Amino acid sequence: MTTSTPVLDTTIPTSNEDPFSQEVLADPLPFQRRLREAGEVVLLERYGVFAMGRYETVRAALLDWQGFESSAGVGITDFRKETPWRPPSLLLEADPPHHDAPRSVLERVLGPRALRELAPRWEADADDLIDEVLAQGIEFDAVESLAEAFPLRVFPDAVGIPADGREHLLPYGDHLFNSFGPENFLVQHGAPHIGEHSAWVNEQCARDRISPGGFGAAIWAAADRGDLTADQAPLVVRSLLSAGVDTTVHAIGAVLHAVATHPDAWAELRADPSLARVAFDEAIRLEAPVQTFFRTTTRDIELGGAHIPARNKILMFLGSANSDPRRWTDPERFDLSRDPSGHVGFGMGIHQCVGQHVARLEAVSLITALARRVESIQLIGTPERHLNNTLRAWKRMPMRVELA
Amino acid sequence: MTLIETGADVLVVTAKTQAADEVVSLELRRPDGGRLPDWTPGAHLDLVLPDGTTRQYSLHGDPREAGAYRIAILREADGRGGSRYVHDELREGDLVGFGGPRNTFRLTPAPSFAFVAGGIGITPMLPMLRAASLLGFSWRLLYLGRTRSRMAFLDELAPYGDRVTVRTSDEHGPTDIRSWFETGTDAAATTQAKLYACGPTRLTDAISELAVERRPGWTRVERFAAAEQGEPARTTPFDVEVAGSGRRVRVAPGVTVADALRSAGFDLLTSCSRGVCGTCETSIVAGVPDHRDAILDDAERAEGACFFPCVSRSKSDRLVIAL
Repeated sequence: MTTSTPVLDTTIPTSNEDPFSQEVLADPLPFQRRLREAGEVVLLERYGVFAMGRYETVRAALLDWQGFESSAGVGITDFRKETPWRPPSLLLEADPPHHDAPRSVLERVLGPRALRELAPRWEADADDLIDEVLAQGIEFDAVESLAEAFPLRVFPDAVGIPADGREHLLPYGDHLFNSFGPENFLVQHGAPHIGEHSAWVNEQCARDRISPGGFGAAIWAAADRGDLTADQAPLVVRSLLSAGVDTTVHAIGAVLHAVATHPDAWAELRADPSLARVAFDEAIRLEAPVQTFFRTTTRDIELGGAHIPARNKILMFLGSANSDPRRWTDPERFDLSRDPSGHVGFGMGIHQCVGQHVARLEAVSLITALARRVESIQLIGTPERHLNNTLRAWKRMPMRVELA
Repeated sequence: MTLIETGADVLVVTAKTQAADEVVSLELRRPDGGRLPDWTPGAHLDLVLPDGTTRQYSLHGDPREAGAYRIAILREADGRGGSRYVHDELREGDLVGFGGPRNTFRLTPAPSFAFVAGGIGITPMLPMLRAASLLGFSWRLLYLGRTRSRMAFLDELAPYGDRVTVRTSDEHGPTDIRSWFETGTDAAATTQAKLYACGPTRLTDAISELAVERRPGWTRVERFAAAEQGEPARTTPFDVEVAGSGRRVRVAPGVTVADALRSAGFDLLTSCSRGVCGTCETSIVAGVPDHRDAILDDAERAEGACFFPCVSRSKSDRLVIAL
């Protein structure tokens, strides 16, 4: 990683804190409060990047793809100065007009209409999983037994990749999201094995690996219609395998933690299962599985009285924006009576998570199935965080449930 | 009723210029100068005139310009009056409503392109040419018209040099599109080239004849007729019934269905609030929707199963939806 300290603008507050330290990653809220209070834009001296933590600022930067580009990478690495470790994503790490065709294809493939067919299948799969878990006992690790188990059970099948080797998916995604941060202990830990994970993932994107009827086949069909080129199709499939697994696992982990620690909310949700959608989005607001993304300024930008010169990396704290008291009342509280619409946990604008409907359907299917069988949930022991430079995640969440 | 009362998003006409004989170009911005919804080359805008008339016009500006939409309008003497109003009545500073943008004429990647525009059909091509150039695709354009004085944006095309062929019927007589398409410097690549066309029926029919011999998806046409199908937006209240709830919610002009449902106590998640993301999708059980989203294509609209209450409305007095 190369960073250069920009010419200091004295109107911009500075911070020497490290948002990618073990301590901040384990509990980012205190750092995020200091970041929001320090100003609209704060220079992180350690990395020479500008950080934003307030809702309005983050939202404005997310929308303004013209001023804050993604094609120089959405991690700390500037693709204009350094070669990325893998071929850049056609979605996440691209700007219009390059971004247009892949985005349009995925919107269609993953849109609400396509998911209508999957919904009854996934609801049945969720019931089966809950039955299997509860048959084993009423105490379990909710991360392994539910948050990881369900997406791994339904999503790779929905994409249409072979069954062998799926154990590569989670570590691949984990390293990818670590790699958006600096080359710290987390990146060093994942680096020795990323070659094999990456090679496996890339192989699954080929046309002959993909079974008919799924998202992957729909992407290849789009290539046959000319909506994509044959060179683009495997990279678009790769986006599903990169961004569609870990994120959903951690989103489900966040909802499970929220309902386990808010018995009233669980009771409300059981009484009115339609609240599962709100519970999911409220959990994403509160514990954004994707905490941060970078952008790069394409020109000099004035923001909140601060001057950010062109060609600088900007670090947007999505989780912080989602708990900004300027936007949210009592922001750190999980509240099913709140309308979480407008949270930036899925981003905003042209790069807003194209798979959000898939993630929502997975989570809602699972939570609804759990609500049918389980009267109350409590944590037993202290859940353990999984650290990642970008993701907010749980490693273990020991749980005991009472059957309904 | 004024535009603001109909609840349509409102734009100010910030410039009205003559782009050719019988063609005016409008620059539209938000009254507060803010960002407009993003769009991609080939997209069109629903323009809502002060009398509620809705017409679709291709955006011919640059998607990188976040604060302005540019559309060009040919005066159609025999039309239903929308273009006459724009030409004769609409002034700089006036307010208009808008819906969309929507894109049913997307630029898809290919090594080379052949664009054919007839008359005002040049409008969706302008952003496509810019994008194709940025993407490094090779392309050529055949621009057909009756006479040069009626052909808009010739000045904007001039820098592209000999990639652009202009043919007018008064100078050259009828143009054989097939022979233009099948000859030229990259004629060998013709089967691989994507053919995009927009113009009057005579032109698009000729292109459709070529299309049958070609790979599906490699010929894409935008017809004026399709762009003219927009119904006037309803300007009177309607009722939305939520299936299973036994409840009926009155939706007044100026209020979105999503907001009306929320005010009535229904839980509804929205995200983009402009019919782009699909978060608020609901299903139609009964009634005739007035789709105003940018998600469904014509076939999906005709099917009438999905409904996006953050922007879409009703044509019928009563609409039954399932949340």
